[in-house]
Amino acid sequence: MIRLDGVTKSYGGSIAVDDVSLTILPGRTTVLIGPSGSGKSTLLALIIGLELPDAGRIAVDEHPLTRLSALSLRRRMGYVVQDGGLFPHLTAQENICLMAKEIGWPPQRRRDRITELCALTRFPPTALGRYPVELSGGQRQRVSLMRALMLDPDVLLMDEPLGALDPMIRAELQDELKDIFGRLAKTVVLVTHDLSEAAFFSDAIILMHQGHVVQQGLFRDLIESPAEPFVGQFVHAQLRRLAMINERAMKIKKGRA
Amino acid sequence: MKPSCKSIVFIALLVAALAGPASTSANAANSGPEIRIGSKKFTESVILAEMAASLAASAGATVIHRQELGGTRLVWDALLAHEIDVYPEYAGTLAREILANEHVVDEQSLEGALAKRGLRVSRSLGFNDSYALGMMRQTAERLRISKISDLARHPSLRFGMSDEFLDRADGWPALHSAYGLSAPDVRGVDHDIAYKGLVDGAIDVIDLYTTDAEIGRYQIQVLEDDRRHFLDNEAVLIYRIDLEQSAPNALRAMLQLQGRIKDSAMVEMNGTVKFEQRTEADVAAQFVATNFGIANPTHNEGLAARLLRRTGEHLRLTLLSLAAAIAVALPLGVVAAWRPTFGHIILALVSIVQTIPSLALLVFMIPLLGIGALPAIAALFLYSLLPIVRNTASGIMNIPLSIHNSAVALGLTPMRRLRLIEIPLASPTILAGIKTAAVINVGTATLGALIGAGGYGQPILTGIRLDNFNLILEGAAPAALLALFVEGLFELAERRLVPRGLRLRPNRSA
Repeated sequence: MIRLDGVTKSYGGSIAVDDVSLTILPGRTTVLIGPSGSGKSTLLALIIGLELPDAGRIAVDEHPLTRLSALSLRRRMGYVVQDGGLFPHLTAQENICLMAKEIGWPPQRRRDRITELCALTRFPPTALGRYPVELSGGQRQRVSLMRALMLDPDVLLMDEPLGALDPMIRAELQDELKDIFGRLAKTVVLVTHDLSEAAFFSDAIILMHQGHVVQQGLFRDLIESPAEPFVGQFVHAQLRRLAMINERAMKIKKGRA
Repeated sequence: MKPSCKSIVFIALLVAALAGPASTSANAANSGPEIRIGSKKFTESVILAEMAASLAASAGATVIHRQELGGTRLVWDALLAHEIDVYPEYAGTLAREILANEHVVDEQSLEGALAKRGLRVSRSLGFNDSYALGMMRQTAERLRISKISDLARHPSLRFGMSDEFLDRADGWPALHSAYGLSAPDVRGVDHDIAYKGLVDGAIDVIDLYTTDAEIGRYQIQVLEDDRRHFLDNEAVLIYRIDLEQSAPNALRAMLQLQGRIKDSAMVEMNGTVKFEQRTEADVAAQFVATNFGIANPTHNEGLAARLLRRTGEHLRLTLLSLAAAIAVALPLGVVAAWRPTFGHIILALVSIVQTIPSLALLVFMIPLLGIGALPAIAALFLYSLLPIVRNTASGIMNIPLSIHNSAVALGLTPMRRLRLIEIPLASPTILAGIKTAAVINVGTATLGALIGAGGYGQPILTGIRLDNFNLILEGAAPAALLALFVEGLFELAERRLVPRGLRLRPNRSA
């Protein structure tokens, strides 16, 4: 369980996260959604300790997150960023194993875990020796996911993990990710600005706007009982786009028929 | 990681190999007391020092000749600092230039001033080498100039004066007012280059030393000093008094030169070196052999042996300073990347060092570290800092944020992050910085010869002095080759040290 209590963070005068308190439940997939600049990525960075809050407290499994504890708490969490953040000078396998090696896992254990992860993420084991530049965008995200999962963390944090992929790969990876989340039953926090992706993944949704949590709950809550006008605007802007695309597609199909 | 281990071992081995016995230009066949003889950077001074060296060696001393140290001030400072024991000087220069503030009026007051500094001066070596002004005979005849006072009638003449002459109280300033020369176009020019300028017509009047062999050779008109401005300047040896205790025999042998060299003999010897491509050592040995019956076999080094020795000296200067710079600049660069505020200060400091002219920096080092290889290495070390610090810092700071964040989020400690991620990712930039430092170092190290550090700069320096293009090439060509070789070496090192993943072209087939 991750608990935030009155967390505030600002960068040079502009407030990115403003007095946020929330609880992320274990074993579920929570999606942080909001327009760009709403503070959702900063919130994720605060949870993994990349940034320390100016005010407020963060606790991971009842352990308070501080400058000192961040190092050990990070190892209970996996983190995947938009472009994968793979180390370009290391092969896929070296990227995945880096931390396991650091903390002294024996080679056999590392090999076994990689075999498991390749099967889970459907990554071809023959490509493990390749460098990031030699991999496709989808493969890079799979390697990044394997790296995050290597030590079998309780928490998986993903910052727009599908944001940089082309639509075909994105759809394919969405299905796989959902399947993986279901099987692993980990606490997942996923940041996106895409409502359909949020609806697709989420057990719980947290909608952010200008550093504040605007609404927290299920996808249907956003539709049925928006907490304030912004929620309606945000939802409708995205739904209208989807509806328009749908409508045009139907027209074209009819025209052909 | 493997690559960085390899590079450290590689550098350590190089340093160990080079830090070994230094090769100074000593004819160290004897095992007697050690005498270090200095000379200024002009032919006559080198010849006189070689004569003294040859005589001291014949008396059993181990002689080190620190050739062509620089101008008067530098050699004098080296004597005061115990860097050398003896060097050829001129009585007038001593009294009117070096000790100008001590009101030296006669021999007694000169001896007193020197004794205070633990120094003593020999009697005259027999010839007088004073300043004079000269111009090409043709020009002088055309303009009807035969005396210095005639110059006042021609304010458009271009003067090329040696820097020392321009600065000396008894030099240009006094001359200028004594003859009422109306501040014409005066430029500071290296004395050896001034002759070239005069012959080529780039300048009209230069200062001369009366024993310069060029005067006869180039048909130069020495202008009559009609107001008796220039005083006599007898050649002497100046030495540390303690030589009388530590090496009495050698000192006595050197002092045999007193009163033995005539003006004409000196002019002739200067000419032999300058125009007949004989070495100073050769000419000095011949003089000593004819006059004192001492046959001192001069060790005539072949071209290959010379090149090899200088390459060794040059590599030693370059590599030791570079290795020290890497050891200091890499951590500084890392700190600069991690703590940007502190980084600005570090970069500002090493940038300031970079702006000090190399010659000035070399001279600054002398009071701290003496003369020879050590101050040169220290100066080169300081010059190498900036490119390495800057490239290390920018290499680390330019690592994309997503990669940096991933490394932090994985739970790597800062030191492990540095070693496993930051240094390898910054390695192409860091190597480029080291390469820049190395190539600049190879070039700048040639200036080390000015303070007795040897290397490829020595023949360049001598070549400029003797106007001997072949000799300049003997230093300049290998220095250029070495710079190219260093470039090539780094290309290879890049292939070995930069991780393969950073050298691959992105795969677009995805």
